[in-house]
Amino acid sequence: MNNKSETIEVFSFSRWWGVVLKEFLQLRRDRITLIMIIGIPIMELVLFGFAINTDPKHQTTAVMVADHSEFSRNILSTLQNTDYFNIVKTVSSEVTARELLAKGEVQFVVSIPSDFSRKLLREEHPAILVEADATDPSAMGSAINALNQSIQKLIEKDFNGSLSYLSGASPAFEVRVHRLYNPEGITQYNIIPGLMGVILTMTMVMMTGLAMTRERERGTMENLLSTPVRPIEVITGKIVPYIFIGLIQSTIILIAGRFLFHVPFLGDIFKVYSAVLLFIAANLTVGITLSSLAQNQLQAVQLTFFYFLPSLLLTGFMFPFQGMPKWAQAIGSLFPMTYFNRLIRGILLKGNVWIELWPNIWPLILFTTVVMVIAIKFYRRTLD
Amino acid sequence: MNGSEYVIDVSEINKYFGDKHVVNNLSLKIKRGEIVGFLGPNGSGKTTSIRMMCGLLTPDSGVGRCLGFDILTEREQIKRRVGYMTQRFSYWDDLSIHENLDFIARIYGMKNRREAVERSLETLGLTSRAKQLAGSLSGGWKQRLALAACMLHEPELLLLDEPTAGVDPKARREFWEELHHLASRGISVLVSTHYMDEAERCHKLAYISYGKLLAQGTAAEIIENQKLFTWSLSFGKLTPDLALVSEALKGTPGVDQVIMFGTSLHVTGKDEAALERTLRQLTEGSAMRLEPLQTSLEDVFIHLMNTSSADNFV
Repeated sequence: MNNKSETIEVFSFSRWWGVVLKEFLQLRRDRITLIMIIGIPIMELVLFGFAINTDPKHQTTAVMVADHSEFSRNILSTLQNTDYFNIVKTVSSEVTARELLAKGEVQFVVSIPSDFSRKLLREEHPAILVEADATDPSAMGSAINALNQSIQKLIEKDFNGSLSYLSGASPAFEVRVHRLYNPEGITQYNIIPGLMGVILTMTMVMMTGLAMTRERERGTMENLLSTPVRPIEVITGKIVPYIFIGLIQSTIILIAGRFLFHVPFLGDIFKVYSAVLLFIAANLTVGITLSSLAQNQLQAVQLTFFYFLPSLLLTGFMFPFQGMPKWAQAIGSLFPMTYFNRLIRGILLKGNVWIELWPNIWPLILFTTVVMVIAIKFYRRTLD
Repeated sequence: MNGSEYVIDVSEINKYFGDKHVVNNLSLKIKRGEIVGFLGPNGSGKTTSIRMMCGLLTPDSGVGRCLGFDILTEREQIKRRVGYMTQRFSYWDDLSIHENLDFIARIYGMKNRREAVERSLETLGLTSRAKQLAGSLSGGWKQRLALAACMLHEPELLLLDEPTAGVDPKARREFWEELHHLASRGISVLVSTHYMDEAERCHKLAYISYGKLLAQGTAAEIIENQKLFTWSLSFGKLTPDLALVSEALKGTPGVDQVIMFGTSLHVTGKDEAALERTLRQLTEGSAMRLEPLQTSLEDVFIHLMNTSSADNFV
């Protein structure tokens, strides 16, 4: 008779509650997951809310003025007033202007030719030349628009009274835009080299991040530590296979970029692979450091995400670097991807030479060295 | 051998984990060619002690030498000459037996690597399984592999942390035969275990509890020193509830511990006279049989375990 009262419930509230409590208890002890739950939304909010700007203002601009007239001064101040252009340099030769663009020090070079005002008054419709670094087409589009509009306003405002004949039907002068490096403004040209950095960061950091924690999780670390093998041997030995993986990945992207997306290939392949190797090295040291910090493989993956997110958003891959506020640029400058983006785009799209690449090479070398020292310091030689 | 007759000679080493005193003034000496059994309850500091001896952990205080090298400053030399077998199987599951051994041989920089690996596979009877992944091996085979791997670089001293946990009796017997074989070649062994039959196979024993070394010497010496007296209480044709009798005996004068052994009880105590009096009174006029018994190692260890934990909770 007793058996009848023993019903088998389909759903037991107390059993279910037991599971819920257990999950909360485990969650509370899993620090990294907790940090991730709170940290990721805050990080994304800050990045997307404050740092990222798809309509970048105050872009670095150089001017080359050969015609020192009131017209020229007016045009330059109009330029400043758009908020899109930040005149940082005055140059006097076309060569220096091109150099600044190639190095990525300025986004725009605005040149006013020597006979500008004379031609203007004679109704010869002179032109102002705007050379733009079009590797990242999204960064320059709105600036060019703003420029055209404000020039139009300038003409309406300035050319009245005795000069009103100039504000007639046909424009008194034109703004001629040269899109350098990517004349058609094809987004893929910018995205695909950048993608190389994204993929390398993701795989290199995560793979090596797991490499060391795997040993610890499986208990084989204790074994390694009891042998004469040195930390530097373990770390560098673990890195080598991933260097090959990284090179294979880069080759796949390069081939696809060339033949599928027809990305220009102005620089030589040796420079490309040098940049790739340097970047792989930087990422591997990060991975090894994370794996020394993480307690298990899950934590290693979580830490990788913390590293990956700013690498994706603050380094000029997804959004123009120039468009970010100074503090965000400063953070972005800490990530190797910022420099790799500039290197790979510079080599492929601009055909940069070594001297132009150097400003982005040494930060990578410095980063790798510093992080490597940290990695070796954190590798515990004993179980203490 | 650096002139010393001891392969391990540590004195008063201490280790703390946070505020937990894991190893408390441990002093231990092991002679060349000796097999020393390291015994003690779980969490008593055996693993920590072994790790300190082979340079995996730094003692917080104390001095010691392992194979003549300082355990604080000459760890690299120690690591080269010691074979350490971890409590948990710590070879690579996703490498084959041969690949595991080959890796270890390379790490120790062995010149005759190929031959050493082949020889090791042969002596341990692993040749036919050389290509099998370590992860797919049974407990006994894993343990054979682990021993083969930690013997590969021909260490002078083996530190084995519960090597036979989870291994079947036949494999355990073979393992111990191998150990004695190694000892006869002059290799010293410090082996931790929970098995009494294994303890009895050691030349010497060291018993540790709550980080303190409570007894050491040969099995006979340890039994002798504890001065315990044991009686066997059997019931002939009677079939009483042994658990009840055992409960009833506990705490009576002279009785320190009662252990059930199949259909009989082993009653042990320090006070010889009181123990005998109590038992005589109990058995008088009944069918129960009382026989004096040689105190066994297990009786001694359980006694040590009970008394030491009591000390610690004061």
